[in-house]
Amino acid sequence: MNSRLIVGIAKSLLLARWRQTLVAAVGVTFSIAMFITLLGFMNGLNDLLDGLILNRTPHVRLYNEIKPSDNQPVNASAQFSDSYNFISSVKSGISRQEIYDSGPILQAVKADARVLGATPKLTAQVFFNEGTIEITGVINGVDVEEESRLFNFQDYVTAGNYIDAKNVANSIILGNGLAEILVADIGDVVQVTTIQGERFPLKVVGYFQSGIQEIDKVQSYASISTTQKLLGKPANYMTDIQVKLHELDMAPAVAKEYEQIFNIDAEDIQTANAQFDTGSSIRSLISYAVGITLLIVAGFGIFNILNMMIYEKMDSIAILKATGFSGRDVNLIFLLIALSIGFFGGLVGLVMGFVFSVIIDNIPFNTAALPTVKTYPVNYNPVFYFIGGFFSLITTYLAGFFPARKASRVDPVEIIRGK
Amino acid sequence: MQDIILEARHINKQFHDPVTVQVLTDITFTVNKGEFVSVIGKSGCGKSTLLYILSTMDTDYDGELLIDQDLMTGRSDTELARVRNEKIGFVFQFHYLLNEFTVLRNVMLPGLKLGRYSEQEVEHRALERLKMLGIEQLASKPAYHISGGEKQRVAIARALINDPHIIMGDEPTGNLDVKNSNLVFDIFKELSEVHNQTLLIVTHDQSFAENTSRIIEMEDGRIIRG
Repeated sequence: MNSRLIVGIAKSLLLARWRQTLVAAVGVTFSIAMFITLLGFMNGLNDLLDGLILNRTPHVRLYNEIKPSDNQPVNASAQFSDSYNFISSVKSGISRQEIYDSGPILQAVKADARVLGATPKLTAQVFFNEGTIEITGVINGVDVEEESRLFNFQDYVTAGNYIDAKNVANSIILGNGLAEILVADIGDVVQVTTIQGERFPLKVVGYFQSGIQEIDKVQSYASISTTQKLLGKPANYMTDIQVKLHELDMAPAVAKEYEQIFNIDAEDIQTANAQFDTGSSIRSLISYAVGITLLIVAGFGIFNILNMMIYEKMDSIAILKATGFSGRDVNLIFLLIALSIGFFGGLVGLVMGFVFSVIIDNIPFNTAALPTVKTYPVNYNPVFYFIGGFFSLITTYLAGFFPARKASRVDPVEIIRGK
Repeated sequence: MQDIILEARHINKQFHDPVTVQVLTDITFTVNKGEFVSVIGKSGCGKSTLLYILSTMDTDYDGELLIDQDLMTGRSDTELARVRNEKIGFVFQFHYLLNEFTVLRNVMLPGLKLGRYSEQEVEHRALERLKMLGIEQLASKPAYHISGGEKQRVAIARALINDPHIIMGDEPTGNLDVKNSNLVFDIFKELSEVHNQTLLIVTHDQSFAENTSRIIEMEDGRIIRG
């Protein structure tokens, strides 16, 4: 009964000054809508930029680095164990780029529960022959199907069919920058010279575009067996094992573990692409800061309007208290007014934020660098909506808190005697 | 012995701002059920101050106050609000109706707050009281749409809604013309004689006071008569 009565009074006070109420609510609506739109857009952009690199990058890369041994023979000598040994001009010994025991390692990695998938890769440095000119390039020999499943290879093949790299013998997918230089159409044959001097014809079955021009000018893809053939290596020859995990965040730990177990070099994605993480988190930080600032401004608007309302309603508050409403009841009434402004304003704001996001999502955004993107990217993460709704209630509560406390402390005697 | 509704025991009050002034000195008196008491005195003799202490709204005093033989002194804000709601009806010089509500709703509010009756019953009781005061035709009008004399009658109806033990008035006719003053006085008189309602009215209207059953006269914070 009491709560219904208080709700009724709060409602009447709200509706009696509906224009003021509307202004306050619009303030909340606007800020929440902007908050949602901003975060959605910023994070959409973040995802896009991250995806540009992260989706195509293995979470853990296993490889064999060519480097001088840390353990030079002189260190093993008992004669010099007490002395500092300075060795200049250290060179790498006879080491291979190939991963030793690649088959068992690949199997062991695939069996790991944390791993989504693992695929071999073979990088070959080659020259593409364009008439008399030789152009340096790289052929990535990949397991085409696994590469598509794990690293979205198919998304970046803009012309031709990606699976032809596997199905057509001696075929290659050129980076579109490289294809332009070579003037190679699909179906043409390009001549490739390996470092060993072997010459090899490869059929162009597609173009790929990564969005990063420097890469597109030198990189090309072929099936791993084609590449092995090119280099004259057996079927178990590979230079990299690319691992994709279920949880991106586990990559550093897994990399460290594999390094020890397999006695191999392992690089995790966080180390390899630290700058992307930093960029993303700073962009998020900025959008949160702007969104929350907007909300605080709206909060001050509500604070003002409630304060004014309380001065206007001094008499009403006094008589309510004189006829048996306690300070707590009055406090509740004004808090309720503030919270309902926050609730309804926030609700409309969430809907409008969603609508704005959808509008942005439909604005065409065509750029040569990003073949898979047709419109502006937007992230519809429900977390933003929760945060937005939560903050609209919190700010309005805080905005209502002090005016409501003031109202609850109104001394009816002073008001009534003052007349 | 008659029922004692209101009892003041040695009430003293001082204002401290800006200098300490003794406003009320050793006020001791009782009001019995059914009495129609008027409190008179010159401006500044402390009669309004006394009324606000008696009404429990002002708690800053020394001495003891009993309403319906319950000690009010030292109770919490919420408890006192409940007492005001249940046992005291107010009529002020200014009407203090809530403009956001209709006349009927204004009368109903203290009744709804009390929660003793259902909403339909409270509405019925409010209409009864409006009818008794001859203003039932105003029930559905907004509170700011009626005249000053009518507002004061609505305020009286509001004071009556919870069948209070006592009705307190602070110059209830102070803002009204002669015709409306007489009307309001007649209502009080009728309440007192027909319904045995206890009333305690502060006034400076001599003719008003002379027609009540008991006069308490104050001077310089003391009761000098009554």
